This record gives sequence, C-alpha cells and structure tokens, in this order.
Amino acid sequence: MIALLIAKRLGLGLVTLFIISLIVFFSVQLLPGDVAQAILGRTAPPEAVAALRTRLGLDLPAHVRYLQWAGGLFQGDFGDSLANRRPVLDLLSERIGNTFFLAAVSACIAVPLGLILGLASAIYRRRPFDHATSLAALLAISVPEFLTAYILVAIFAVELGWLPAVSMVQPSQGILDRFILISLPAATLALGVIAYILRMTRAAIGNVLSSPYIEMAKLKGVSPYRLVVRHALPNALSPIINVVLMNLAYLVVGVVVVEVIFVYPGLGQLLVDSVSKRDIPIVQACGVLFATAYILLNLLADVLSILANPRLRRPRGGV
Amino acid sequence: MSRPMQFDRVPLSARIGMAIILAYVAAALFGPFLAPYGQTEVAGDQWTPLFWSQPGSDGDVFFLLGTDHLGRDLLTRLLYGARNSIGIALVTTLLAFAAGVGIGLLAATKQGVVDQIASRSIDVLMAFPSLIFALMILAVLGSSIPVLIVVIALLNMASVFRITRALAMDLEAQDFVDVAKLRGESALWIMRRELLPNAMVPLAAEFGLRFCFVLLFIASLSFIGLGIQPPMADWGSMVRENASAISFGVFTPLIPAAAIAGLTIGVNLVIDWLTNSRSVGNEA
Repeated sequence: MIALLIAKRLGLGLVTLFIISLIVFFSVQLLPGDVAQAILGRTAPPEAVAALRTRLGLDLPAHVRYLQWAGGLFQGDFGDSLANRRPVLDLLSERIGNTFFLAAVSACIAVPLGLILGLASAIYRRRPFDHATSLAALLAISVPEFLTAYILVAIFAVELGWLPAVSMVQPSQGILDRFILISLPAATLALGVIAYILRMTRAAIGNVLSSPYIEMAKLKGVSPYRLVVRHALPNALSPIINVVLMNLAYLVVGVVVVEVIFVYPGLGQLLVDSVSKRDIPIVQACGVLFATAYILLNLLADVLSILANPRLRRPRGGV
Repeated sequence: MSRPMQFDRVPLSARIGMAIILAYVAAALFGPFLAPYGQTEVAGDQWTPLFWSQPGSDGDVFFLLGTDHLGRDLLTRLLYGARNSIGIALVTTLLAFAAGVGIGLLAATKQGVVDQIASRSIDVLMAFPSLIFALMILAVLGSSIPVLIVVIALLNMASVFRITRALAMDLEAQDFVDVAKLRGESALWIMRRELLPNAMVPLAAEFGLRFCFVLLFIASLSFIGLGIQPPMADWGSMVRENASAISFGVFTPLIPAAAIAGLTIGVNLVIDWLTNSRSVGNEA
C-alpha cells in the first residue's frame, strides 16, 4: 500500500518535471509575437532578426526544437548565451556552487533553530516566551526580505563595521573568508525560514495538543516538556517534515532576491540579469534548474510524510 | 452560523491591525492631495536627512523625510507610492480571487471531468515556483503593469482555487445544499446563495494573506528592477533606487521598505484574529 502510494507520487513528480520542461520551453516559443523581434526591439533591421531566428532555431518545427533542447539538457548542453555567445553551461557551473553554498549554510542555521524555537513555544504555550517568539515570527514573515537585509547591513556593516555589506565572492577566496562574506545574506534568508518553521511547528504541535490522549497524559501529571516531546511530537512529525522541506524549497527560490541585494555571484543574480537582458537561453536554463530543485524537494516532502504518517500505512477508510 | 460582529470582542491586536489598514487606505486615497510636491518633481539636494530645509527658488523648502537619489521629496514619493503599490496589489488580488473563487466553486458543484481538469492544471501551476515562473514570463514579454497584474493574479489564483474548492466540497455534502438542489435551483444560484456566504470568513482570511503575498511579490520584483518601472513612485523601486545610500550611513531608504512591512503586519494581525476566532468556534 505504502509502496504504491510512493510510486504514484514519484510518477506524478516525473510527469510534473516533464510538464514544467514543456512550459519552460514553450512559454518562450509560443507567446504572442516573434521572440527574435521582441529580443532585438521593434527598430531592429530585418536581417538581424532573421539571423537571430536562425541562431535560436526558430525556423524549425516546434516539437523538433523541443526535443533538441530537452535532449541537450540531459547532456548538459544548455545552448549559448545570446548576450556574449558563451555556452550557458560555463556560466552556470561558475555560479551553481555559490548558490548551493549559500542555501545550504542558511538551511543549516535555520532548520534546527526554527524547530527548537517552535518546540519551545509549544512547551511554553501562552507564556511570555511564546508571545514574544510569536510576535517576532509574525514580524519576520511580514517584512520584505530586502528590509531585513538592509537593516542587517545598516547595523552590522555600516554602524558596527563588523561584516561586509556586499558578498562579492572571488574564486581564490578560502572557505573562512567565504563564511564571513555570506554571513549577512545567510542571516537574511535564515530569519525568514526560522519564522516560518517556528510558526508551523508550533501550529502542528498545537493541533495534536488538543486531542484527547494528550488530555489524558496531562491528567496523569506528565510534565509540559515530556508532553510535547514524547507525546505530541511523534504525531506531529509528518506535518513538521513537510514544513521543513517546503521551507528548503522556498529557500532555493528565495536566494534569487537575496543574491541581488548582496551582489552575490550565484544563479539567482544571473537569472535576474538575464531576464532584464532578455537572454532567453540562460533564463530557460536557470528556470529549469530552480524549478527542478523546487519540485524534487516538494516530492521528497510528500514521500517522507507518507513514510512518517502511520495512518497512511493502512488502506483508505481506516482513518 | 454567522452572528453579528461585536466590536468590543475584537482583540487589541486585531484593532491595531484595522487601524493600520485604515491609515494606509487613507494615504492611498488622499496621498496625492496631501503630498507637498509633485510625484517626479526635483525639489532639493540628493539624499538629504530627515527634517531638512534648504533655500529653494522661492523661499525655503522643507523635507520631512528627506530626499531621494534625484533630490525628490521622499514623503511625496511615499504617498504616491501608496496609491501605486496598494492599488496594483489590490487589483491583482481581486483578479486572482474572481478567477480562483469562480473556478473553485464551479469545480466543486460540477465535479467529475470539470473538477479533474481544473484541479490537475492548478497542480501543475503550483508545482512551479512563483518567482521563477514570473521571471520567465517577464523575460519574454518584458515588464509592464498589465503583464505584472495578469501573471501574478494567475499564480495566486491557484491557491485561492484550492481553498475555495475544499471549502465548497465540505459544504456540498451538507443537507441545505441537497435541499436547494431538490428545489431545482441552478448551479449558479447554489454557488452564490448557499456556498459563498458560508465560506466568507476563511475566504476573507485568504484574501488578506494573498494581498500580503502579492504586495511583497510585486515589491520584490520592483526591487530587483523587473516590476513597476521608474519614474512611477513605488515602494519596492524606491528602495532599489536609494539602497546605495545605506552604505554612506543614510538610512532613509529603509522608510519605503518599512511602509510595505507596516501594511503586511497590519493585515496579518487581522488575519490571525480571523483564523483564531474560527478555530475557537470549531472547538466549541
């Protein structure tokens, strides 16, 4: 039963990836107007437009172009940049490590902190600690990322002068320098994620805490700590795993804006630059990479929460 | 089910939230009349501090919140920005709601094939990260206000659809809907008169949530230079234009960012009350 559920979910994931690749490809090709004309602008000479059409392969039938493009993806061939004619793969490989590093460091800070704070506010429910963390979390999720980022810059870079305001990482820099350079962007990302995980963990535990068996445990005189950690947490595990992975998925996309704020040479900055330059092959490649990471994390979330949910192990109707 | 709203039972936090929202609405409606200068008028020096006055062409000019990178009055830009940022976010959210609620109710009342087609399309839409989707469309079509509104409304419609459908499916199973069907009422009548009124509170909370999301989303796009374009005043682009002043120790660029945060906090305070009062009602 459970294997079937997981197999179904994996199959659905594959279908989604396929559809996403279709959307990424055809959103560019089938939108109203001529792509080549749109890229070059209305005043471009017809010869230039025709040349670009050939370079983009626009004179071939759509399904042939899709197969060429998708086949290229599997071989690591993302086409050439329109702006400087370099292979997109080179541009990506310079930056993908940077983006992964930033996202991983932020996740390593945010996930444990978010979970611990969420559990703590569930244990101290309706006490000053809970009110304070709830308010702080509400503030953190209401504030745009760039405000968090610039407040951190104003405090730690401008006033105190402890940390750099921009994170222009050079390939020659050592690992320690890199940690210092990305501390502010990582903190910006982490703050948002901590707030989300905290809120959802507290809510998930809160749901379980209102069930009768918890009431029973309370009447037995179980301590608040044991009540939350031993009795409530195992049953709230499935939603919590879901929340953590959904936040990781959010993190993967959230790096885009943060990279722009801190001039960090990652995929997000490349994507934004390419969108304003309308460098379509790079936009498509970044789109596929970000979307794939996002979909895989969501897929993992679903599979793990199937595994963590004992009720799903029984046939339907048994709930 | 719905009892008259009693204002004295509304918690303090939600009242603060309502006051904040009213203040923003007032700023958006009357801002251009209150603004001391024109939206694009260059009135003083670059990046002057708060409460700054300097000699102008006829008498002294005064800038309550200082000036921006071109010497335009920040307060004026902020007030015009209220109209632009809130207006565009509101139109987008309304569009997302009209489509999401409409299709959601349709899927719940018709079920079968209609429901399958709608639900599966929405699944695909939600599987794609919003920001990446929006960036790809903007790369192809270029950034303009109509494109922004339609793309962001489409992305937010997905979650409105899911919530509406789930709520309507629950209500569909209730006796009063069966009675209405037996009376021979049309699907449209059932949607409007039986389903919608009963789904009002959770939908209102969802509206607030979507509005915040849209406001932050457009602000982020404007901030990275792909949203509302200058010289139109908009809170996100104002931060972008002035951000470099922060490294010189001028912190006025934080004001438009704080304006965005203030509104989303206000809306979130009201939403928290709406969702909490509902769950309390369920427990009882």
